[in-house]
Amino acid sequence: MSEGEGQQLDAFKRYRGDFPIVVEGLVNRFGSQTVHENLSLKVRRGEIIGVVGGSGTGKSVLMRSIIGLQRPAEGHIEVFGRSITDAAPDEVLGVRNRWGVLFQGGALFSTLTVGENVAVPLKQFYPEISEELLVEIARYKVVLSGLPEDAVSKYPSELSGGMKKRAGLARALALDPELLFLDEPTAGLDPIGADKFDRLTRELKQALGLTVFLITHDLDTLYAICDRVAVLADQQVIAVGTIPELLATDHPWIQEYFNGPRGRAAQSSQARSDGGGKSVDNQPVGGA
Amino acid sequence: MSSGAHFTIEQDGDSPVRLRLSGPYLVSSIGLVDRELRRIEASVAIIDLSGVTEIDTVGAWTASQLALRHDARIEGADSRALRLIKAVTFHDTDEDIEPERPSILFRVPGGVGKLVGNFGSGIVGLVSFIGEIILGFGSVIRHPGRLRVKALVHQLELVGVSALGIIGLMSFLIGIVVAQQGAVQLQQFGAEIYTINLTGRLTLRELGVLMTAIMVAGRSGSAFAAQIGTMKLTEEVDAMRTIGISPIEALVIPRILAAIIMMPLLGFYSACMGIIGGAFIADLTLDIPFFIFLSRIQEVVPLYDLYVGLVKAPVFGMIVAIAGCYQGMRVEGNSEQVGLRTTKAVVQAIFMVIVLDAFFAVFFTEIGWA
Repeated sequence: MSEGEGQQLDAFKRYRGDFPIVVEGLVNRFGSQTVHENLSLKVRRGEIIGVVGGSGTGKSVLMRSIIGLQRPAEGHIEVFGRSITDAAPDEVLGVRNRWGVLFQGGALFSTLTVGENVAVPLKQFYPEISEELLVEIARYKVVLSGLPEDAVSKYPSELSGGMKKRAGLARALALDPELLFLDEPTAGLDPIGADKFDRLTRELKQALGLTVFLITHDLDTLYAICDRVAVLADQQVIAVGTIPELLATDHPWIQEYFNGPRGRAAQSSQARSDGGGKSVDNQPVGGA
Repeated sequence: MSSGAHFTIEQDGDSPVRLRLSGPYLVSSIGLVDRELRRIEASVAIIDLSGVTEIDTVGAWTASQLALRHDARIEGADSRALRLIKAVTFHDTDEDIEPERPSILFRVPGGVGKLVGNFGSGIVGLVSFIGEIILGFGSVIRHPGRLRVKALVHQLELVGVSALGIIGLMSFLIGIVVAQQGAVQLQQFGAEIYTINLTGRLTLRELGVLMTAIMVAGRSGSAFAAQIGTMKLTEEVDAMRTIGISPIEALVIPRILAAIIMMPLLGFYSACMGIIGGAFIADLTLDIPFFIFLSRIQEVVPLYDLYVGLVKAPVFGMIVAIAGCYQGMRVEGNSEQVGLRTTKAVVQAIFMVIVLDAFFAVFFTEIGWA
């Protein structure tokens, strides 16, 4: 167990510890293939941590391990100071209503409307909430996620890919989580849509004080919103830090990743939008 | 509950009414207090948030809605509360989260109209689907290399070989039931020897093929609909089209061929198992030895009974497979449709098989194969 207030989770208190996610010595194996070997990672409260790595380095598996969907072969994972790996399923329940997860494809319930999708976790955890308030919450969450108003009563099959992601985000935000997991939120979005999604993530983080665990391939996203970046390679987290800190390391994969043509394009577009003082909207978006 | 959210209304003399919220205003704690807040009728002028220990967007939303409803102003909010209130205001919409539901006056005639429309488009769809299948068969006959032999063999195994166990057991039991029940009736006028005729002719002509068709509809027709339906949902069928693979040739024709080839074999096998079942029970209860029963079958069952069964079987197989594939290809939208279409495929297949069986019965009697 981690130190301090993390010991006991009070239902009406926000988490005050320093590290909402602590992963130690994680080992994940599928058959004879080892995905993670002695992987460790600490996520600080209130930061957006970007997780990058080549395809097949186990970014999604890491996320699934943290949220308890994948039982690791070895290792210890704590979320809000509570063990995910050793706990009985009932005990994890107290943590589940404090995080929101956006899966790659949105993973919306296809037989429910977007509004009903958002209402599902609310009904599940807080059945005492009145129908009136439930509908109100569902509505404002959907609009907060950047969807048009009429999307509330639409079915997922009637939405475009980008709208599905936003609807998925609305559901992930339904319980006002302190911790948000985003699995490639901007993949498959057009540059303008991806840019809006980035800004939305940052605004939500600032307004709601979220900690965000963000898996991405999108260099623009990394430069634009991530406080720190964790690099997965060789079955481990080989480096964690801000992008300048990572650039200072001499690991070949990191150098290739950030100094490749796409990395440079994202870097320069970020420098322009910072230096020029213009809003990001007017900038041509590089990379992606 | 002292740790939960609560509120007090304060009013001294002429000073404006002050609604003091205190405790945590979170999604986890607001459920009960929200109902009471909605019932406040006094006109509140000030909403005081200074007693609020924790707040999230739901709390902020409730406070800002209260302020809007009473035209009150918010006081005592800390910076976090202010930020949240700012984030959720102007985010209201009147859109209902449930899809629109017309009143019953419109719903019933609307439903009937939809049913008729669906029936019509269903018939058009079915005819065009059969047309596509015929074209597909035509192109496979012209270019035999386009026949997917691997897929066909795989389907032959799924439809036929792996069904042997269950169909064998079912037919054996049906043979027992027919022989035993028939014997009880025939014994009344001392004609229990005719149990052999009854079992042999009934299983070869009718029961073997009919029960097999029903079993294949349940096992394979449903699988066809579910497989193809899921492939439509995941856009695999569309992907095939763009690569230039005809889904009819790749998915539908192997399945239909497999059903057409396997049904006569399974039907014959089923009839044999039925006869064995009958012989088994006759040996036990009627004192007709097992092998006497079997050799008598040869004498009392005309050969055309076998033909009747064998002619019907491939037709039934085709109907079961077409129903499954057609419903699978009609899946659109969401996963609920897969279940719906699978059910429809099985029900339609069994219904059509029984209707056609009645026609066949009349037809074969008319041509003298009675």
